[in-house]
Amino acid sequence: MITLKINNIAHEIDVDPETPLLWAIRDHTGLTGTKFGCGAGLCGACTVHVNGEAVRSCSTTVGAVKDSNITTIEGLSKDRSHPVQQAWIEEDVPQCGYCQSGMIMATTAFLAANPAPTDKDIDDGITNICRCGTYVRIRKAIHRAAGKQTETK
Amino acid sequence: MMTKIKVNRRTFIVSSIATAGALVLGLGLTRGMLKGSDAAADSTTFNAFLKIGQDDTITIQVPCSEMGQGVFTALPMILAEELEADWTKVVAVTAPADKAYHYPDWGDQLTGGSHAVAGWYAALRHMGATAREMLVAAAAQEWGVPASTCKADRNVVSHPESGRSLRYGAIAEAAAKQPVPKSPTLKSVDKFNLIGHPVPRKDTPVKVDGSAIYGVDVRLPGMLTAAVKTSPSFGGRVVSYDAKKAMAMPGVRGVVPIPDGIAVAADSYWQARKALDAMEIIFEPGPFAHQSSEKIRAELIAGLEKEGVVARDDGKARATLAAANNVYSAVYEAPYLAHACMEPMSCTADVRTDACEIWVPTQWPRDTRQRVAGWTKLPLEKVQINVTFLGGGFGRRGEADFVEQAVLVSKALGKPVKVIWSREEDIAHDFYRPAAAIRFQAALDKKGNGLAFDCRVSAPSIMARTDGLPVGKLDSAAVEGLADQPYAFPHARVEYVRSDLGVPVGWWRSVGNSHNAFMRESFIDELAHAQGEDPYQFRRRLLAHDKRHLGVLDLAASKAGWNSPLPAGHFRGIAVAKSFETYVAEVAEISIKDGEIKTHKVTCAIDCGTVVNPGIIEAQMQSAIIDGLTAALKGEITILDGAVEQSNFHDYPMLYIADIPEIAVHIVNSTEAPTGAGEPGVPPVAPAVANAVFAATGQRIRSLPFSKHTLKGA
Repeated sequence: MITLKINNIAHEIDVDPETPLLWAIRDHTGLTGTKFGCGAGLCGACTVHVNGEAVRSCSTTVGAVKDSNITTIEGLSKDRSHPVQQAWIEEDVPQCGYCQSGMIMATTAFLAANPAPTDKDIDDGITNICRCGTYVRIRKAIHRAAGKQTETK
Repeated sequence: MMTKIKVNRRTFIVSSIATAGALVLGLGLTRGMLKGSDAAADSTTFNAFLKIGQDDTITIQVPCSEMGQGVFTALPMILAEELEADWTKVVAVTAPADKAYHYPDWGDQLTGGSHAVAGWYAALRHMGATAREMLVAAAAQEWGVPASTCKADRNVVSHPESGRSLRYGAIAEAAAKQPVPKSPTLKSVDKFNLIGHPVPRKDTPVKVDGSAIYGVDVRLPGMLTAAVKTSPSFGGRVVSYDAKKAMAMPGVRGVVPIPDGIAVAADSYWQARKALDAMEIIFEPGPFAHQSSEKIRAELIAGLEKEGVVARDDGKARATLAAANNVYSAVYEAPYLAHACMEPMSCTADVRTDACEIWVPTQWPRDTRQRVAGWTKLPLEKVQINVTFLGGGFGRRGEADFVEQAVLVSKALGKPVKVIWSREEDIAHDFYRPAAAIRFQAALDKKGNGLAFDCRVSAPSIMARTDGLPVGKLDSAAVEGLADQPYAFPHARVEYVRSDLGVPVGWWRSVGNSHNAFMRESFIDELAHAQGEDPYQFRRRLLAHDKRHLGVLDLAASKAGWNSPLPAGHFRGIAVAKSFETYVAEVAEISIKDGEIKTHKVTCAIDCGTVVNPGIIEAQMQSAIIDGLTAALKGEITILDGAVEQSNFHDYPMLYIADIPEIAVHIVNSTEAPTGAGEPGVPPVAPAVANAVFAATGQRIRSLPFSKHTLKGA
């Protein structure tokens, strides 16, 4: 049995420690917001936070994170009130939406490290794939969220 | 022009209530799937589309699948507008498979062909207006006043004279008992509050907090999850497999043969995946085991020498060309493309002896239901198809291969089973955008006007599989954008030569237009340059008779500043294409650096008639442009030993946020009937970029993707 601390809740899971964190989350905790896109760390749909850092959970084993604080999209807020979620709503970012959990998790970690990003910072820092091409609104929402975070400080 | 809708009380209410009852009381429908539309005693069902709760909640069943194109918002907007609903009280739900949700014009329940708004606009307005008049009539009756003295606005019927008002929720039950008006009065366009406005999407909230349910997210009590592997080479079959090792692994509950492959079902996905990977499966290669991209290309080019099926034949194109002094000729090529939906293929099936329930991200619920009935040998009414959100569709999810797998495994194991494909399986087992080769020939008259145009399309046939099209018959999808090409050529001939190459082909966003527009608009550009004429002006002359083509062409050119000076090293290209009744022109501004194309800006003009939600149109244009640009710059599926060589996003690359040009979308103001916005933004982008590359380098790119060409700096 392995205990995973996800969104401040301890989950005791009976899984092989080599199981990707992505599948432990999706199949054993009832949290399906973290998505499977490629299984090879190439698309970012599976992005979660491990001790505050953005991590592609398809390429991380449960064994490697069993003592860490894991945050999934469900843990950002109880009510979509996180500034990044709010910015995503205000810019009406999602289309199919499948990449957006990972995109939002990547963005929150990115903004924590880059509170006032330039467009070049965004180019270099956001490498999640969106097949619907919502990138134009993602960029706007990142700037908006950065503005919000500055306001609340 | 509005379609006349025939309605009688029975159609509107009685039979639909029976259907709605079946929807809500269906086998094992999970509450999560039906948020907002549970069988509550405190709501009134008007028909299969509309339910009004005592709490004023307006629940609207959406007859098309939501795959990011915005129908979950746009279709309810249309009904809500005429209903005079409070938009904040509207809850949208994707409808399951049912005859009630067949398009009035197409007689099918399907999401594709950019047809959702076009197909449903009139009927949804009619429904909303009908319900509104019944609500007003009920209130008027209660107050003992003429209905004409009452108003309906944002979920409230009021009688201004007396200051009385009633919420829809309070009056709905009485309203449903009113006579159904035969010809309800539709709102005048100038009174629209929702239609024409960038109303925020209904699905956005659940897509920012992880609660939206896609096919891969379905969870049922006792459900198993299956991983699948099918023959790497097309047409290959399983010769033998050893299930012992897999069955001994943790959580594994079954190993089941599926068409051309094996499924392993376990308590969880990763257990299934590990067991499947540990299995030894021997495949025998099929009849196309020696197929390769080289052979495919050779066969398509050889096809250009054969006589084809005639798709268009105005005047005497061949004779005119034979007699012409100057004939311009070119051969263009395009590769196979994969869909690469962000959500890999998936389906959940619960097959029981007397009934079957499916949860699937599908674009074709009607067809899926029929196929499942066939596979399970159950009557149609015992097969329930629930449609989840789709993590992208693009035409791929109109197929039912992943549904068949889930049905077979569930049937074999007697449990609900969710099948999830790996990305590798998804890329290697697609129904690809066909590869194609086209030869163009054209002649112009002494004034530089169009004289003769002749093209032969050499390509595999999608309809061979989907419609059993016999050899020698025309595949109309293969000649889209050519058989109906708009340029003024008194002599115009289009032929189609079919090749059966063993690679499965299907509908990829904009279908035949996706390769034909690249080729046609590049060739038209060649003709312009051969005359030493500006490519925008050349097109204007040859499209002078066609107001709507001209309209978008002029709008795009004007907004792109076609005649204005460019920064050093920047070049422009223009293209126009009509597809699915919608007209789109695009101008691409690029530069070349170290042999790489940098797309700085794409300016787009779209004429799709009446616009329901301009925010969604803009988003779809951005989406289509990025999709088309990705394909043009990088997209190529190659075949070796009868199998696809690509497997994931490292060798089937996508564009990232850093690669995206500035995109400006301009929507033509129109009161024409609404037409589609899902696909039409794709066809013009590859030729707009190719034409800009020519302006920059003098190199005429005649095959995609651009990445296979060495470009000189500008």
